[in-house]
Amino acid sequence: MTGPTTADAQRKRPLRGEALVFEDSPARFGLARLASSLRPGAGAGTGPLRHTEDFAPPAIDADSWVRIRPRLAGICGSDLAAVDGRSSRWFEPIVSLPFVPGHEVVADHDGRRVVLEPVLGCVARGVHPLCGACANGDLGRCERLSHGHLEPGLQTGFCESTGGAWASEMSAHLSQLHEVPDELDDTAAVMVEPTACALHAALSAGIASEDTTAVIGAGTMGLAVVAAIARHCPPRQLVVAARHPHQQDLARSLAGSLPTTVATDAQLIRAVRRVTGTMVIGSGAQQRCTGGVDVTIDCVGTSSSLALALAVTRPGGRVVMVGMPGVTTVDLTPLWQREIALSGAYTYGTERLDGTEYRTFDLAMELVAAADLGALVSATYPLSRSTDAIAHAAAAGRRGATKICFDPQGTR
Amino acid sequence: MSRDRQYRPRPGLVLDVDRSTPPVLMHHGEQLRLQKLPADRSRIIYPPEPLEPIEDPARAVREALASPVGSDPLSARLFAGMKLTIAFDDVSLPLPPMRRPDVRQLVIESVLDLAADAGVDDVHLIAALALHRRMTDAELRHVVGDRVYEAFAPRGTLYNHDAEDPEAMVVLGTTDHGEEVQISKRAAESDLVVYVNLNLVAMDGGWKSTATGLSGYRALRHHHNPATMTRSRSFMDRHNSELHHSNWRQGEVLRSAGVEVFQIETTVNNDLYGDGPMSVLAKREWEWNVRDRASFMASRAALDRLPAAGRRKVLHGWRAPYGLTSVQAGEVEAVHELTTAQVHRQQLVPVEGQTDVLLFGLPYISPYNVDSIMNPILVHCLGLGYFFNLYRGRPLVREGGVVIMSHPTTPEFNPVHHPSYIDFFEEVLPETTDPTVMAERFEKRYAEDEWYRHLYRTGNAYHGVHPFYMWYWGAHALEHLGGVVVLGGDPATVRRLGYRPASTMDDALEIASDIVGPRPTITYFKNPPLMMADVT
Repeated sequence: MTGPTTADAQRKRPLRGEALVFEDSPARFGLARLASSLRPGAGAGTGPLRHTEDFAPPAIDADSWVRIRPRLAGICGSDLAAVDGRSSRWFEPIVSLPFVPGHEVVADHDGRRVVLEPVLGCVARGVHPLCGACANGDLGRCERLSHGHLEPGLQTGFCESTGGAWASEMSAHLSQLHEVPDELDDTAAVMVEPTACALHAALSAGIASEDTTAVIGAGTMGLAVVAAIARHCPPRQLVVAARHPHQQDLARSLAGSLPTTVATDAQLIRAVRRVTGTMVIGSGAQQRCTGGVDVTIDCVGTSSSLALALAVTRPGGRVVMVGMPGVTTVDLTPLWQREIALSGAYTYGTERLDGTEYRTFDLAMELVAAADLGALVSATYPLSRSTDAIAHAAAAGRRGATKICFDPQGTR
Repeated sequence: MSRDRQYRPRPGLVLDVDRSTPPVLMHHGEQLRLQKLPADRSRIIYPPEPLEPIEDPARAVREALASPVGSDPLSARLFAGMKLTIAFDDVSLPLPPMRRPDVRQLVIESVLDLAADAGVDDVHLIAALALHRRMTDAELRHVVGDRVYEAFAPRGTLYNHDAEDPEAMVVLGTTDHGEEVQISKRAAESDLVVYVNLNLVAMDGGWKSTATGLSGYRALRHHHNPATMTRSRSFMDRHNSELHHSNWRQGEVLRSAGVEVFQIETTVNNDLYGDGPMSVLAKREWEWNVRDRASFMASRAALDRLPAAGRRKVLHGWRAPYGLTSVQAGEVEAVHELTTAQVHRQQLVPVEGQTDVLLFGLPYISPYNVDSIMNPILVHCLGLGYFFNLYRGRPLVREGGVVIMSHPTTPEFNPVHHPSYIDFFEEVLPETTDPTVMAERFEKRYAEDEWYRHLYRTGNAYHGVHPFYMWYWGAHALEHLGGVVVLGGDPATVRRLGYRPASTMDDALEIASDIVGPRPTITYFKNPPLMMADVT
């Protein structure tokens, strides 16, 4: 990206505009949790998320910070967890309230379209020297998420200082911005950030060509993981657990020529058994494959999805969690008894492919275009209809949708 | 059955439906329906009434063993020091299971009496189940009776056939068509195999008993395949059944290899319900009296209100009061000709001309879901396999015609009995419903799957390949028909089977009309009780 300009400096001045603000209100957080226990997404109407047309984004008085105007902003699983009052308390030291959510974004900056790499690492925070992870380009592993000249925040969209993409305007560090090529339209571009997460997960799972691999979940993340696996690390056989018919169709389509079995959650154990030639023992919650796949990528992050992952992964295999788990209760006996390795995959940074280093975002842009992942954007809403948008996103699978976005400028 | 001396069973009947014809009873899985059929173009085929049973079954059995056809009396073929194996039909016969004593018990007890008289002490009893599920102890006890069970089961000489035990199976050769012949080693090494049949339909018995019941996948694959089944027209008509031709060829190899078989075949009448409250189900609707109507209404309401598990428990608990109608013993082929005539005597109904639309009301039970769930693959098998093939001459429905089957067809499976069926439904049917394609792409993997093999050998699971056979059973019908409609079936499940769902009879007939033309002729094959159409 180009350096800061006079126009950027002028845009640092706060302009009042429309936004969805996540307020510092424990009481409303509790209400959201209660409401969402009745219906996922209901936290939008009762919780700390407030719509305002008089929001003044905070200004950041530091070099290389610019104002950008979001064109499309996605609603992510982590956003839904926050809105519904279900975020883990782990985030408390690395989040600052109030904040404007939204970290999946394609925006206008200085006459160009950009996507945001939202992790607020050492460079964006002005931390010197850089932590080891940032120095290595592994941005997602930054050790200074509550330091520097910004309020705590692991990403834009969870940091009071920066604003977020669910607003008509927000702040971004130039190091966070990636110019969008003309061949990617806005719906494709808004998929770059989640696709980068999926790519990082797929590549970090260490899938070998002779492996069998399972992907649990076929929402945005699961489908993008399938696309990433098919393109960069195809195993001998892929098994995808997809609950809804449209998700099953999309999973097959994105897997392309990769040998793929698509099953529902309830069918997954049997599908893995067929593919791996193992056996099934136990019944009910204790049912599991005696062997299983080499690698399982859990793109849901619930107690049941993790238990399912452990049930279909072979002894000595690996489970990678991509879906944000929160507080999860699961019997880890299989992890111990079967010596399964459990690891997380968070955001992105730098990937190593065949001895060459790539920025994950660069790979993601290429994958979004190649796999037409922009087609996963199912609906857009103006910020004023946040309750409808959140409800739609929370029930996306059931309603035949995948990715729901906000149109912060209200122009669509 | 208590009947007076003047009882004369009426033969089957083809009734032309007119405006005065009352609604007709139709089975709908575990439920019952009354269905009005269009006047002036519909006909109903009613089964014959139950034949008068033999008054003294035990005596009839003893006489058959003493005066066999094409063989010396059984007593003359038994000697001290010999190896004797008694094989008997498994839980798939009869349907529903019969009240005690089972005919097989009577026969086996008589055979064992003769064996004891001859000083035979090396006797094994084998449930000849081929690739069916293992019978439970209770089922074995029911079939052979308490006395035989107590004498043999504890010693391990009454057991289920295990077609996947490499130590217990032997290949005796191949037919001149290249079909391997595989059989239980115990049977092959015996001085005499006594096979005890209960021939419920014309398909049963003959060389199919030994060559199939005591065999395994290696031999069965030569006739349980799409090509053979499409050339079996029908597989209920032995002389026009490629399935039977293949079994007969395998029988020849058995005979040439020195396997001595003494065949005992029995037939029963079609008295499913006796004189009790269920008897209305076997009556012709225009003869229902007030009590019958009340009985029907009560039965229907009770079944509709019961949860599925409760319905299943009630229905599968029913034991039919069949009466023995014949016993034949001796040489396999000679015996079987006599038996087939006896089956025809009870079941054959002359029918003139084919129909555009053939209608079935599928009941709750098939040979493969005794004490179990009629899953969608078994719905296919019962409708397009068994019911469609219950003909001699030519099919009841014309080529390009439509079959309408009434059944809920829910995607329910018994995971203990039908584990490979679940995978077949989830993996195979979404890919193809073409028997030939699925045979090429999937059959071998299912047949050799270690998990299915384990469950077949140690649990109560049908063999891994069994759902394929059930699908192949309908291969002739699939080739012959222009379409299949399932009335009242779960739409998604019905579509996965490759059929079309209909919620009402009017809808079903409208769909059928799209295929066969307007105002089609309709034939309702009112089965059960079992019958067979002799179509000219």
